[in-house]
Amino acid sequence: MSEKIKVTINGKEILTTPDKTILQVAEENGIDIPHYCYHPGLPVAGNCRMCLVEVEGARKLQTACSTQVRDGMVVRTDTPQVKEAVRQVLEFMLINHPLDCPVCDQAGECGLQDYYMEYGQYDPKFIENKNKKSKKATPIGKYVILDQERCILCARCVRFTRFITKTEEIGIFNRGDHSEVDLFPGKELNNRYTGNLVDICPVGAMTCRDFRFKCRVWYLEEFDSICPGCSRGCNIKIYYNPHRPHKADGNRVLRFKPRFNPEVNRYWMCDDGRYGYKFIDENRIMYPLKGKEEVYLDEAINSFVSLLKESIPDRTFYLLSANSTNEELFATKKFFVDNYKLENIFLPDEDIFTGDRDDLLITEDKHPNTNGVKAIFNILYKDLIKLDELRELLEEKSISLLIVNRHELPEDVLDFIKENGIKLVYLGTNFNKTSKAADLVFPISVFAEKEGSFINVDKRFQKFSSRLEPLGVSMPEWVLFNRLSELMEFPVYYSSYMNIFKHMISEVGAFKNIDLNNINKYGVLVEL
Amino acid sequence: MDKKKKDLNTIQFFYITEIIRGLYITSVHFFKNLALHILHLFGIAKNKKAMVTYQYPEEKREITRRARTRHRIMKREDGTPRCVACMMCETVCPARCIYIVAKEVENPEVEKAPEIFEIDLGRCIYCGYCVEACPEDAIRMDTFILDTASYDRDSMLLTLEDLLNHDNQDDLYNINYMKK
Repeated sequence: MSEKIKVTINGKEILTTPDKTILQVAEENGIDIPHYCYHPGLPVAGNCRMCLVEVEGARKLQTACSTQVRDGMVVRTDTPQVKEAVRQVLEFMLINHPLDCPVCDQAGECGLQDYYMEYGQYDPKFIENKNKKSKKATPIGKYVILDQERCILCARCVRFTRFITKTEEIGIFNRGDHSEVDLFPGKELNNRYTGNLVDICPVGAMTCRDFRFKCRVWYLEEFDSICPGCSRGCNIKIYYNPHRPHKADGNRVLRFKPRFNPEVNRYWMCDDGRYGYKFIDENRIMYPLKGKEEVYLDEAINSFVSLLKESIPDRTFYLLSANSTNEELFATKKFFVDNYKLENIFLPDEDIFTGDRDDLLITEDKHPNTNGVKAIFNILYKDLIKLDELRELLEEKSISLLIVNRHELPEDVLDFIKENGIKLVYLGTNFNKTSKAADLVFPISVFAEKEGSFINVDKRFQKFSSRLEPLGVSMPEWVLFNRLSELMEFPVYYSSYMNIFKHMISEVGAFKNIDLNNINKYGVLVEL
Repeated sequence: MDKKKKDLNTIQFFYITEIIRGLYITSVHFFKNLALHILHLFGIAKNKKAMVTYQYPEEKREITRRARTRHRIMKREDGTPRCVACMMCETVCPARCIYIVAKEVENPEVEKAPEIFEIDLGRCIYCGYCVEACPEDAIRMDTFILDTASYDRDSMLLTLEDLLNHDNQDDLYNINYMKK
């Protein structure tokens, strides 16, 4: 495939390889060809007829999505003939499309709206009545709502269930203008990737039940992030609503969407990750708690320092979390291992061996950064402690101070702590039973509120940033450890995120092949 | 704005002459209107208009038909709001005085309706963009209610109920107009 061929599109000479289609070559070179049925992650179908282009030598217009380029090919996408063809195709698609835009959730990111503004007829010739379909706003599956009238029969959804999830639930039934997309009889849409149907549907035929009527899409802003749902580390976009805070009960983050990464998740993400965004705004710990009462941060930090000073390192116990970012883990290591000389620092096996995995994206380990813990603390899978055995461990080592990072402790451990007067400090993002039993609680900001990096299951180091403000006084763990270091008179002090990031890259052995100035947007493979 | 101040001439220089001139202008208006009103009483010179003071709020001024006044939301035949919560008005509103939260309704022909629809008249600038943007002709600004004075800001917040509360909607204009 190394041989290069020359193609001319709209008078622009392009060097490319012969394994591509006209549409792909045009897209790579910034030439926009309208299309509906073509999706880069799916097989080519060529049934929407929107991508018609003029190829020199061919008698008819050709579909750009299914025509491969060859040497010396001359393509034009801007002739009157092409424009007229696209306009007529669009007119046909809109024949039975209802004028639903005011109630349609796709409005604002709708393929029909976008292309009609650009290529539309503006003076429709259609005078007959629109053909009504049977299913209007019908829920199919847990997360998808089907509206057959809005469908333009591009069959992306059919191909998705056929070739990506291989579950084959959706098909197109009947002929002509009676064609409608529907579930096969007796089938349910219950695969674990149904949210992607909403993404790939270019119109409002499949919309999201979770996002339904919460907010119009033009109020949303987005930023890139990494899904924390499992150790796959799918690249995502987080959509949040900064302009109209009264929407959706005041929740800031309204949806996740997958972001293209050829090495990790390609165009897809699973439903568990996609709809697992709710912890960002719900049930959050916003202020430090001391004995169940909200206190000022300074007071809480002073209490923590005095607890650390009272207890000796041998009788202190720290439970790491694989939800922390690498930078936070690094700061934890600096503070507890290097300066406080703590030896009882462990990663529990909670949610790591769930056995729930598939061949597409979902992995067994439901934490985003178990490999990060491995890289920074040199903890291997065999070194994990079992939460069920925690009680014996605490008893054996006669622990007096237990610091838990985000975990949910079993009941018997909580009882044991209460009986023996062990001080419990909880660092976490959301309330749970352990945080309610804790003597001191510190609010930690969630992944969407801080910069950081995760290492995924394939040892890919992926950085992410944020555009959300932390709720309340919640903060990244490394900020908390900075404050503690000051009071404990430890030498480590990181002034900014970049500062700690650079330190981490230079000090942790596993990260030695990461080039600080040139971090690939698709992540860097590290050696563990 | 940087106009040079004109020098006063000799007559203007004496303060008293200008005072007298001012009094003269005021008196001319006063006596002219007084005379006209007296003539009107006897039915003479009706074609010449005399100045009028409106005794607001007892007496309201005439509002033209196209004036933009307080909003209302139109109803369907079954009494539900015609609004489908598409957020067009909320989006276009330059004063950001409209708050809408959508809900789902049973009827698949309607699908969407506002759960909360509030207009903060304290912020509204009466530009009428919401009326223009509305694809359902659900919001109109023709109640001919102009005075929104109140003792606190909260009572300037119109809820969906307030906006729908116009029984004789189509006669509204005539009623206000005919009162004159």
